[in-house]
Amino acid sequence: MTAHLKMNESQPPVLDEMAQGVIGTPTPRRDGPLKVTGQATYAAEVGDGTEAVGMLVRATIAKGRVTSIDETATLALPGVLTIITDERMLRNPAQGGANEAPVQGPRDVAYFGQPIALVVAETFEHARHAAQNISVTYEILPDAITDFLDGDAPIERPAAKQIEQGDIESAMRDAAFSVDATYTTPSQNSAAMEPHASIAWWDGEKVTLHSSLQMLKFNRNELADSLGIDPENVRVLAPYVGGGFGSKLGLAPEAVAAALAAKELGRPVRVVMTRPQVFETTMRRSATHQRLRLAANEQGELTAIGHDALVSNLPGEAFSEPVALATHFLYAGKNRSYSHQIARVNLTCAGSMRAPGEAVGMLALENAMDELAHDAGIDPVELRLRNIPEDHPEKDKKFSSHCLADCLTTGAKRFGWEKRNPTPGAVREGEWLIGVGMSSAARGNILHEAKARVILHSDATVSVETDMTDIGTGTYTILAQIAGEMLGLPLDRIEVKLGDTDFPPAAGSGGSWGAGSTGSAVFLACQTLRSEIADLLGTDPAELTIKDGSIISGNVQHELAQLLTRDLSAIGHIEPGKTSDEVEQATFGAHFAEVAVNAVTGETRVRRMLGVFSAGRILNMQTARSQCHGGMIFGIGSALTEELVHDLRDGHIVNHNLAEYHVPVNLDVPQIDAVFLEERDSWANPMQSKGVGELGISGAGAAITNAIFNATGVRVRDYPATLDKVLKGLPEM
Amino acid sequence: MTLKTPLHVNGEERMLVADSRTSLLDALRHHLGLTGTKKGCDHGQCGACTVIVNGRRINSCLTLACMHDGDEITTIEGLGTPEAMSALQSAFVRHDGFQCGYCTAGQICSATAMLEEAKAGWPSNVSETLEGDVTLSDSEISERMSGNLCRCSAYPGIVNAIREAAEGEHDEKL
Repeated sequence: MTAHLKMNESQPPVLDEMAQGVIGTPTPRRDGPLKVTGQATYAAEVGDGTEAVGMLVRATIAKGRVTSIDETATLALPGVLTIITDERMLRNPAQGGANEAPVQGPRDVAYFGQPIALVVAETFEHARHAAQNISVTYEILPDAITDFLDGDAPIERPAAKQIEQGDIESAMRDAAFSVDATYTTPSQNSAAMEPHASIAWWDGEKVTLHSSLQMLKFNRNELADSLGIDPENVRVLAPYVGGGFGSKLGLAPEAVAAALAAKELGRPVRVVMTRPQVFETTMRRSATHQRLRLAANEQGELTAIGHDALVSNLPGEAFSEPVALATHFLYAGKNRSYSHQIARVNLTCAGSMRAPGEAVGMLALENAMDELAHDAGIDPVELRLRNIPEDHPEKDKKFSSHCLADCLTTGAKRFGWEKRNPTPGAVREGEWLIGVGMSSAARGNILHEAKARVILHSDATVSVETDMTDIGTGTYTILAQIAGEMLGLPLDRIEVKLGDTDFPPAAGSGGSWGAGSTGSAVFLACQTLRSEIADLLGTDPAELTIKDGSIISGNVQHELAQLLTRDLSAIGHIEPGKTSDEVEQATFGAHFAEVAVNAVTGETRVRRMLGVFSAGRILNMQTARSQCHGGMIFGIGSALTEELVHDLRDGHIVNHNLAEYHVPVNLDVPQIDAVFLEERDSWANPMQSKGVGELGISGAGAAITNAIFNATGVRVRDYPATLDKVLKGLPEM
Repeated sequence: MTLKTPLHVNGEERMLVADSRTSLLDALRHHLGLTGTKKGCDHGQCGACTVIVNGRRINSCLTLACMHDGDEITTIEGLGTPEAMSALQSAFVRHDGFQCGYCTAGQICSATAMLEEAKAGWPSNVSETLEGDVTLSDSEISERMSGNLCRCSAYPGIVNAIREAAEGEHDEKL
């Protein structure tokens, strides 16, 4: 039985009427005991030791063509089994939701680090040695573009992203206060702890891929299309995924290479990317060049917003970092202007990394708001409160719910914002300059089609099955909580099976839509099962109260396990509908940070950080808080340390490792406070929940750089705010 | 060259027969079936491969297996099982000291050995003095755990879990 809901209208808060009391509670992860004891099996770990091992070979030029590979010499090396240079190998990784093969053909080189071959050997040691020693000759094309700010880069201007509303020039001219500033952010990498990895094996015409991926129903089609086979012959497994942050939304080159090699050799093949390969051949977040213009009247009410962006990607790639996503709806202002340019470059493919758009766009927007607040002499919190729009400022749309004001005022109070000294550089403790800063947070909310099967077994235990992934987001736990709440069962009676394309296709983990979309599918399936239970009792489902497996219906108690004579099964199916278009759905928040900046060295230490968020119903307070912590700490990295450095001579990534690409370490992070406001968004989905995975990063880094300004008077507009950039603005000792 | 190396892993005698270039990490993961230890970088930069050798935490990717003839090696599998977790393991679950779980084995092996280092009075970069007892403040824990990266950024939970385990607040199994 299938329960189908298209979200065409707002939905009643059914979960609030349930009795089990597990939804929303801070429940420890169900997969926790397996993960802390090393028993959870990740992508590269299902082999039995007999699999062959592949190592990708990378291009060492920015643009050109592979003219020859000395296969004879390589095949003569000990342990080497074969060299794959099949034209079906991926040149670029697949973008999120591609659902078809990305750019293939390894011989034409479009960026330094591109995979050009796979060496397969008996062992990892053999494969690594052979791959490092393989001799490749190239025809080098001289017109590679490695600097996206270079005037030689071909520029595309998508018409839909050049937007003019009103007259920004006049508004800037007539403004009482205005900001016109340029901000730059560098390329970044998701740097998930688990490198991209796959094991592939064939059974006749059917291939099974055990991999590290976020969106399996799409990945299955991407692999099938890449190989030129029917998706029915592809099974993808990803029960445990060691982080993704966008980098595993689409299929990566190692997966197709493993499948091709396994087919040729007739045995399983394991291919794990090295850490440098992860940096070079999986998605990077594009560097951005952003001009922000703000105009305001005497009261600090915005009269104009302008956001002009230049980003980069490989030729032909459809994705471009959508930096103005939040700018469109976050603040009021009649006159609005946007331009969006994409420079075509020969650098690692650019794609989605945690909160594509907001993560870097809000650094610029929220810095500009801080500059405006300072120039106008208005408190930064107050400036934002004065500019919250009634409705969407560019479309004829109401917000489904809007708690930004509450986030700002609650956050300011909890943080002790009223103690802030508004004069930059005025607070000092020894050699440390102390400052506080804040920013808004905003991220659009998305619902995607998803299916899940829920089986209520006759012994009153439950199985939830979907191809959804848990990439650290808490899916295993949250889906159990939804099923437990709806069916009135404790969590130890519920089993959740994920990460297998043999299960009903879910939304995948990405864009913060995972829990809301797939959770809704589980919710709908459970609603159908409740109806079937009611039918067994000859009553109305609304009359049922189920808790701990006991049903109360019309003052009579029944035990679920005794009532059921057979397994009941239902598939829930959610689809986005009119509520995605007719109202503007977003999550909001406010970040507050306190920093200490060393007056001698320019070093910034984050001392305190608070985020207050509204994201509809919170499904699990503990995992949601951890998601927001994670986002906020990504914000610390963006603000202070993270930067992929390209050598402009050939575009190679200089710091393609975790020693030189600086993600925050434990000592960089203080105890962080993340708080959720009570909210229900009936337009979002039947659970009234919204996504939290990306809200925490949106704006977070700007709160830190705004705090650096408050501490020192130094405005760093070129991210990250490393010591050298801060030090330049500090007074002589 | 293939070498035979007798290893003591989690209290068991294991005979490793592997290429002489095999790192201890790859030996554990791909020869001895102990995949709980993770490979995050293979360069000693992330700490995901941390195991305990003769009581000391080391990055198992930076050492060849054949150099550990006779050494006592403890991996995450040797610290507890899902049914009988160590105090640190259960504290990590309670405090959400991980999300994706990929760095977790390294974090817990590292923390297990780190608590012994602190008990033995080893100072750290943030210690006030180089001598005397070590008090595991949050910054002491953070500094001593900064060789173990967590990109999910569960650091607040990691610190809370280690602090609790160090103070012995929870003895009961989850």
